[in-house]
Amino acid sequence: MTQQELARKSVLYRKNILKYIVGAKAGHTGGSLSCIDILNVLYNYVLNVSPETAKSPTRDRYIQSKGHTVEALYVVLADKGFFPESDLETLCQYKSHYIGHPTKKVAGVEQNTGSLGHGMSLSVGTAISAKLDDLAYRVFTLLGDGELPEGSNWEAALLAAQYKLDNLCAIVDKNGLQISGPTADVCSTDPLDRKFEAFGWAVRHVDGHDFQALTDAFDSLPFEPGKPSLIIAHTIKGKGISYMENQLKWHHGVPNPEQYVLAQDELAEAEMALQ
Amino acid sequence: MGEVITVVDKKAQPNVAQANLDIFSSTLQELASTDRQILAVTSDSRGSGKLVPFGQKYPAQLIEIGIAEQNLVGVAAGLASTGKKVFAVSPACFLTARSFEQIKTDVAYSNNPVKLIGISAGVSYGALGSTHHSLHDFAALRAVHNLIVVAPADNFETEQAIRLAAQAEHPIYIRFGKKAMPLLSEENQEFDFGKGRVICEGDDLVLIGTGETVYPALQAARQLEATQGIRSTVISMHTIKPLDYDLLANVAAKGCPILTVEEHSVFGGLGEACASFLMMNGFRNRFKIMGIPDEYTVTGSQVEIFNHYGLSEDGIAKEAVTLINR
Repeated sequence: MTQQELARKSVLYRKNILKYIVGAKAGHTGGSLSCIDILNVLYNYVLNVSPETAKSPTRDRYIQSKGHTVEALYVVLADKGFFPESDLETLCQYKSHYIGHPTKKVAGVEQNTGSLGHGMSLSVGTAISAKLDDLAYRVFTLLGDGELPEGSNWEAALLAAQYKLDNLCAIVDKNGLQISGPTADVCSTDPLDRKFEAFGWAVRHVDGHDFQALTDAFDSLPFEPGKPSLIIAHTIKGKGISYMENQLKWHHGVPNPEQYVLAQDELAEAEMALQ
Repeated sequence: MGEVITVVDKKAQPNVAQANLDIFSSTLQELASTDRQILAVTSDSRGSGKLVPFGQKYPAQLIEIGIAEQNLVGVAAGLASTGKKVFAVSPACFLTARSFEQIKTDVAYSNNPVKLIGISAGVSYGALGSTHHSLHDFAALRAVHNLIVVAPADNFETEQAIRLAAQAEHPIYIRFGKKAMPLLSEENQEFDFGKGRVICEGDDLVLIGTGETVYPALQAARQLEATQGIRSTVISMHTIKPLDYDLLANVAAKGCPILTVEEHSVFGGLGEACASFLMMNGFRNRFKIMGIPDEYTVTGSQVEIFNHYGLSEDGIAKEAVTLINR
């Protein structure tokens, strides 16, 4: 997929994220908008997954550690044909499979997540298995910067280096805001690059909304042979909707009807600009 | 209780009691020899898990995590998700407390069929104290959906449990200690998860134990019959969840007193599981739960702790007589 096509996909995904969050009257809006470009590149450029290969032992694995931004994952999986997009009309409704965190009941989801700090260990185990069986698949996990104080991340980071898991790539959606305020003020994990490097990882910074930068980074994996790779994706919470950008209240804010119209208008303009 | 039992090679003397831990180790090694999908995942616990020979013979099948139990269970879940037959081996105290959320979420909720092996369970660590005791694990794990909870009593049950677990496609927790455990029966009985094992039958009393308390319960039953003519049904309820409700209903229908015995807090374990079933199904048998009371245990070896709280032949026999006469 070309950069232009990726850009158009992201506009579509942003429209759908908002559509289904508004329909459900619930969701993690800001974080879904900050990580959607990363998910877009993963599913449309990097991962060898599709509904047809969903059970293949050699498929790449994507495990979403920051499970609360599941709306971003759902709209991408729907677009990839894992399930009809109309299923998302039931998001968070009584008896729906489409709950507010990733669940394997939804086609295409690899692991149930939602409690933070779990994706890294699951990914490390999955990546060790590939090494044991000499399989070429790769494992990707997406973390939020707010979840990094969970100690289990660092347990897993140590082990990933111990096992030289250069088939593992963790991406931090570093939008700088968490529910209580700026991540730097809550429990800073900076300098993140030096911490992970000290743990034995190879690290790169990218603009998490720049498709060229993202595809270049993924094309360069592993950043160093014998080391797990970390992509620190600098992102903007609420990206793409100007009144939401970098505004804490949109962590799990749901647009009212007027705000929703404004947001869709802005996305329509973005779409026009890409024609 | 308390007798010294010499541990020797099982194949040379098949009826000599060994620790269930040793049986776990030898069984897993045997299974791994023909099945490369079997992995032992350890948290610097290969020594205490008796897995050093396993690691030497099958180095690619032993995954060392280091002392990081949350990661142990999360990584085990990741491995299991790819089809590996994963035994995550760690002291029961840490495995079921430190990594409780990984058990709940990564193993049970995600249905990654990890076999969680809690070694040195209950008060096996004796005088090392409460940090090292697991007297909460039945209670905690019973409340986790999609998890089988097992405490084999003797070498036979342990071997059967490990063999079944290796082929199981669902999450299982198995806990045992490190003391030599005599066989409860010389007969080759059927074994399956969720099916209690009747060791002997009598109509005056029902003794239900699990794990390492079944043997003293059986000794108590023998003593009661020899000294007072009281005939007991003794059950090894090796599977705490799912509990064998059919068996419970059958023995409760005898109408005689029921005494449960477990190496666990009296809260939330085997006894309360039995009690709730019996009460909800209209049984009014005299009933008593023996276990570790709600306190930090007295300092001592496992045997001393068992004796202190009456989880011994004499202690169980005494409590049984009190219950019968109540």
